[in-house]
Amino acid sequence: MTPRKPVTDWATDWDHLDPRWREDPYPIWDKLRRSCPIAHTERYQGAYLPTRYEDVRAIANDSTHFSSRRVIVREVRPEPMPSPPITSDPPHHKPYKQLLLPLFTAEAMTGLEPKARAICNELINKFIADGHCDAAQQYTRHIPVKVITHMLGVPETDSDQFIKWIHEILELGITDDVVLMQAVREMAEYFADHIAQRRDNPERRNRSKDDLISQLLEARIDGKLLDDQHLNGMLRLLLIAGIDTTWSGMGAALWHLARTPVDRDRLITEPALMPMAIEEFLRAFSPVTMAREVVKDTEIGGCPIKAGNMVLLSFPAANRDPAVFRDADKVIIDRKENRHFAFGLGIHRCVGSNLARLEMTVAVEEWLKRIPRFTLAGDAAWSEGTVRGPRQLPIKFSS
Amino acid sequence: MRIRVDPDKCQGHNRCKALAPELFALDRFGNASAVGDGRVSSGLEEKARLAVANCPELAIEIVED
Repeated sequence: MTPRKPVTDWATDWDHLDPRWREDPYPIWDKLRRSCPIAHTERYQGAYLPTRYEDVRAIANDSTHFSSRRVIVREVRPEPMPSPPITSDPPHHKPYKQLLLPLFTAEAMTGLEPKARAICNELINKFIADGHCDAAQQYTRHIPVKVITHMLGVPETDSDQFIKWIHEILELGITDDVVLMQAVREMAEYFADHIAQRRDNPERRNRSKDDLISQLLEARIDGKLLDDQHLNGMLRLLLIAGIDTTWSGMGAALWHLARTPVDRDRLITEPALMPMAIEEFLRAFSPVTMAREVVKDTEIGGCPIKAGNMVLLSFPAANRDPAVFRDADKVIIDRKENRHFAFGLGIHRCVGSNLARLEMTVAVEEWLKRIPRFTLAGDAAWSEGTVRGPRQLPIKFSS
Repeated sequence: MRIRVDPDKCQGHNRCKALAPELFALDRFGNASAVGDGRVSSGLEEKARLAVANCPELAIEIVED
C-alpha cells in the first residue's frame, strides 16, 4: 500500500485515515467546529465532514438530499450493495426496518443476558490468574461476536472468521476494493449455505426456528418472502454492524475505567449509576461514524453542499459539541442531560442499540465483579476507519 | 404535569423507558408512548424531566397543567 499524503489543512483536506486522527481525533474536531464546522476534502472523490451536533441532526433527518445508499466513505464508489434497511432510503426503508425492530427490542434482548454473562466469565477465567491481559484481544473482542453467532444460529467457533471479514470490510476495504469484494463474496457464500441448510431440511429448520436466519427466512414484506439478495444483504448487515461496534464501545469503557480509578470505584460502590455511565461512555467515546451520499445540492449550517460528494456523518464529533454538552470533553458518569447520537438518529437509529447496551453493561459489570482494581500496562492501540475503539488494551491487575 | 410523545419523532431509542419506566410504554417496534393520559403522578416529576433531557429526537414534551 502506498503511504498516504499527510494532512496539512484539516478544513480543506481532512482524512480520517491520517494517523493523527486515529491517535486522537477530538482536538481535530474541536478546532474544526470553531473554525470550519463543515470541512471538505478532495480525497475520497470529495467528502464533507460536519462536526456540529445540529448539523449532524439536520443531515440525518434529510433523506431527500442525503442518501444512505452508500454508508461508508471509501476511495472508490463501486455499485452500492443493498444491505437493507441501513442502505435504504424512504419509502423502501420502513418495511425492512419494521421486520428487524421486533427482533431487537429491549425485552427480546433480556433473554440473552445470562448467555452474555456466561461468555464474559468464561473469557475472564482464561486470563485472571495471569495478573495481566490485553483486554481488547482477550476479552471485549470475543463478546459481541459470540453473542451474535448465538442469535444467528451458527457455530460459535465461526467467530474468528467473522472478525476477519469485518476487519477486511470496515478497515482494509476503505482503500482496498479487492479485499473488500472478496470478503463480501465469502460472507455471501457462508450465509447462502446456512440459508440452504434451513430451506432444504425441515428438521433442521424446526430445530433452529428461533434464530435470526430462520426468522428472516419466514419474514414477508407485502405478503412476499424476501429474495435471496435482500436476505443475504440483511444478514451481512446484522453481522457487520453488531461486532466491531460493540467491541469498541466496551473497550473504550474499560480504557476509561483503567485510567480513572475514581469512576471505577464509584461504579463499584454505586452500581445503580451503571446505566447512566454506559450512556456517558457511549457519548464520549462513540464508536460509530456513518456516511451519506449527497444526491441533490443543498445547504447545511450556511454552507453549500454539492451533489456527488459523500458526507462523513460523525456522531462522535457531534457528541463532543460544547454547544450541546456541558464540559463536552469530560467524562461525567452521572451526566443528567445526555441526548447523544451514539446510535445515530432519525429513521436509521441503530436497530441493535438495545443489544449493544446490554452487552456493554454486562461486559463492564462482570469485569468489575472479578477485577475491581486494574490499571493500564501500556498504551492502547486504536482502530482505523469508521468504527473507533481499542484494538490493543494492555491491562494489569491484582485479583 | 403531563407528558406527550410525538409519534412522528420517536425512533425507539428507549432512553425514556429506561429512565422512567412508570411513565412510558413501548409498542412492538420499541417506539414509545405515554402511559394512560400522560399524567405524571406526584414524585415522578424528576423522572419525567430526565426522560425529556435524554431523548435524542426531542420527541417528548412536558405540559404543565
